[in-house]
Amino acid sequence: MADAILTVEALTKRFGGFTAVDEVSFTVGQGEILGLIGPNGSGKSTIFNMIAGLLRPTAGTIRFQGQSVGGFSPNRICALGIGRTFQIPRPFHKLSILENVAVAGYFGQGRRVGKAEAWETAARALDMVGLAHGDHASVDTLGAAGLKKLELARALATNPTLLLADESLGGLDESEMDQAADMLERIRREMGITIIWVEHIMGVLMRVVDRVMVLDHGELISEGLPADVAHDPKVIEVYLGTDAGEVQASVGAAG
Amino acid sequence: MTAIPQDTPVRRLERRHVAAAIVAIALVSVPILKTQSEWFAYPMHIMVLIMIWSLAYTSWSLMGRFGLVSLGHGAFMGIGAYVTALLWNYAGLTPWLGIPIALATVALVAFIVGYPCFRFRIVGHYFALVTLALSEIVRQVIMATRDYTGGSLGFTPTPHGDGFSLYALQFSDRAVFYYIAFVAWVFGLWVWRRVDRSMDRYALDAISEDEDASAAAGVRVTREKLKITILSAVLTGLAGILYMQYQQFISPDTVSGIAISLQIVFAVVAGGIYVMLGPTVGAVITILLAESLRVAIGTTMVGLDTTIYGLLLVLFIIFLPKGVLGGILEWWRNRAAAGRERADRA
Ligand SMILES: Nc1ncnc2c1ncn2[C@@H]1O[C@H](COP(=O)(O)OP(=O)(O)OP(=O)(O)O)[C@@H](O)[C@H]1O
Ligand SMILES: [Mg+2]
Repeated sequence: MADAILTVEALTKRFGGFTAVDEVSFTVGQGEILGLIGPNGSGKSTIFNMIAGLLRPTAGTIRFQGQSVGGFSPNRICALGIGRTFQIPRPFHKLSILENVAVAGYFGQGRRVGKAEAWETAARALDMVGLAHGDHASVDTLGAAGLKKLELARALATNPTLLLADESLGGLDESEMDQAADMLERIRREMGITIIWVEHIMGVLMRVVDRVMVLDHGELISEGLPADVAHDPKVIEVYLGTDAGEVQASVGAAG
Repeated sequence: MTAIPQDTPVRRLERRHVAAAIVAIALVSVPILKTQSEWFAYPMHIMVLIMIWSLAYTSWSLMGRFGLVSLGHGAFMGIGAYVTALLWNYAGLTPWLGIPIALATVALVAFIVGYPCFRFRIVGHYFALVTLALSEIVRQVIMATRDYTGGSLGFTPTPHGDGFSLYALQFSDRAVFYYIAFVAWVFGLWVWRRVDRSMDRYALDAISEDEDASAAAGVRVTREKLKITILSAVLTGLAGILYMQYQQFISPDTVSGIAISLQIVFAVVAGGIYVMLGPTVGAVITILLAESLRVAIGTTMVGLDTTIYGLLLVLFIIFLPKGVLGGILEWWRNRAAAGRERADRA
């Protein structure tokens, strides 16, 4: 693996007596696309929220580019170079599509930028995800897929080195999901951004990621190459179930 | 049928500038008219009041338009006015130094109230309640220190010179103050426009919808809210100071307290909270209303105007939420859009 950009150790989050994330440790290499999968409520978004500063970890450490960032505020994390999308899109309805992204381009890059540069960054990010942005189009014209793209554009405009993409692609059809997968691949290739990609549909994710981690009830139960993970009996038991054959076929034989 | 020729943006812009220039010339020439006829003295006095209160209302709307509803702006007016006046009377400090000290005090109070609110996410009704308490606290402090402030009897700055003192900013010729108020009013509008065209405006709009998503996009939420709150408070304090220097008399009821805070909110909502000249229209409405009531029923029923403000506020929020100017502009745009559609169909 290349140099680690993010190192998470024994990360834990408890809500009252309920442990949503239980001593999870992992690293992400520079330039990697890491898949994070697991059933509903297994703690994927909670891990993202802790890394992105929205939730304070109950215990454990998060190191980003060598710096301990656990408990930092979200805007500070953003300035350091971690961009995130929300699983359920959270657009600003009072702002146009372009303005939504320009806010991120102006405030989120972690350095002083001019107004003009912010608008250019926003336009580029929207081009990257393939959203039209002329004419001050309203975000209310966007459908589910469009809002997901807007989330992604807003994260990209903050010029991240690490992107946390919470893409539980519910509500999208198969071609839209494939498009989303291709887009993440392209973001890595063209912008050199390291990505952690959360998803619960395994097939579409397996095609693109370098490595997968599987979460169940807040615990990491498997980690490795897509082909290995798809053949891991534990994963098959709690997660893949009857779909195992299909997913295994899509990733090939275990290495 | 041929299409109706449309205004090009350039032509529309020019027309707006011409209109603004005509209004400016008309406003600037009022004191000159007054030198010709005393009949203009009363309208001129009313206009000074309108311009000073417009500054206060415009300042309130700087943050109010982003859903930061403060019921504490009476406190900022009061602090500005009383600190300047007290320094003058008791320390002999010229307003030229007193005003910066007063405004710094306003900024400090705004910070002390704002920071914990924003840091701990006290928003919406709760923020309004905290600021409401501030209004009352400042009024109570003025009452409690009545040996110095005169309490509810009010406070008069010591006269200086023979009616024209640059040193004390005291001018018996109201024309001088008319121009000061005019400049202050224009300055308030200029600040409003600068904020409107800044990136902070987008950040504050975003914050008003979703603080977490704004922070995730890199916006320093607490800092942005503090910045606009302090700016708004300081300009409101300046309006309080101007009011004091002009009237040469202040009392808790005229520049501080909950009644003034509510009047500010009412005026802005009535005029239009989201448009630059909305608060100014609100000032015209409230001051003409207060003056009419005073002329019609005298000063026997103190507080009647506040009651009427309250009633009107409810009616406006229900029937004209964008305010008089906001409502008119919207109606105008809709009409223009309908006209274009008709032209397109033809
Ligand atoms: N703020 C919170 N307070 C209390 N419980 C929470 C909170 N946030 C998440 N949880 C709980 O923590 C668990 C993990 O939630 P999380 O959103 O991380 O799951 P997820 O893996 O992202 O699920 P999904 O695939 O449905 O998005 C769930 O049981 C959830 O109800
Ligand atoms: Mg989730």
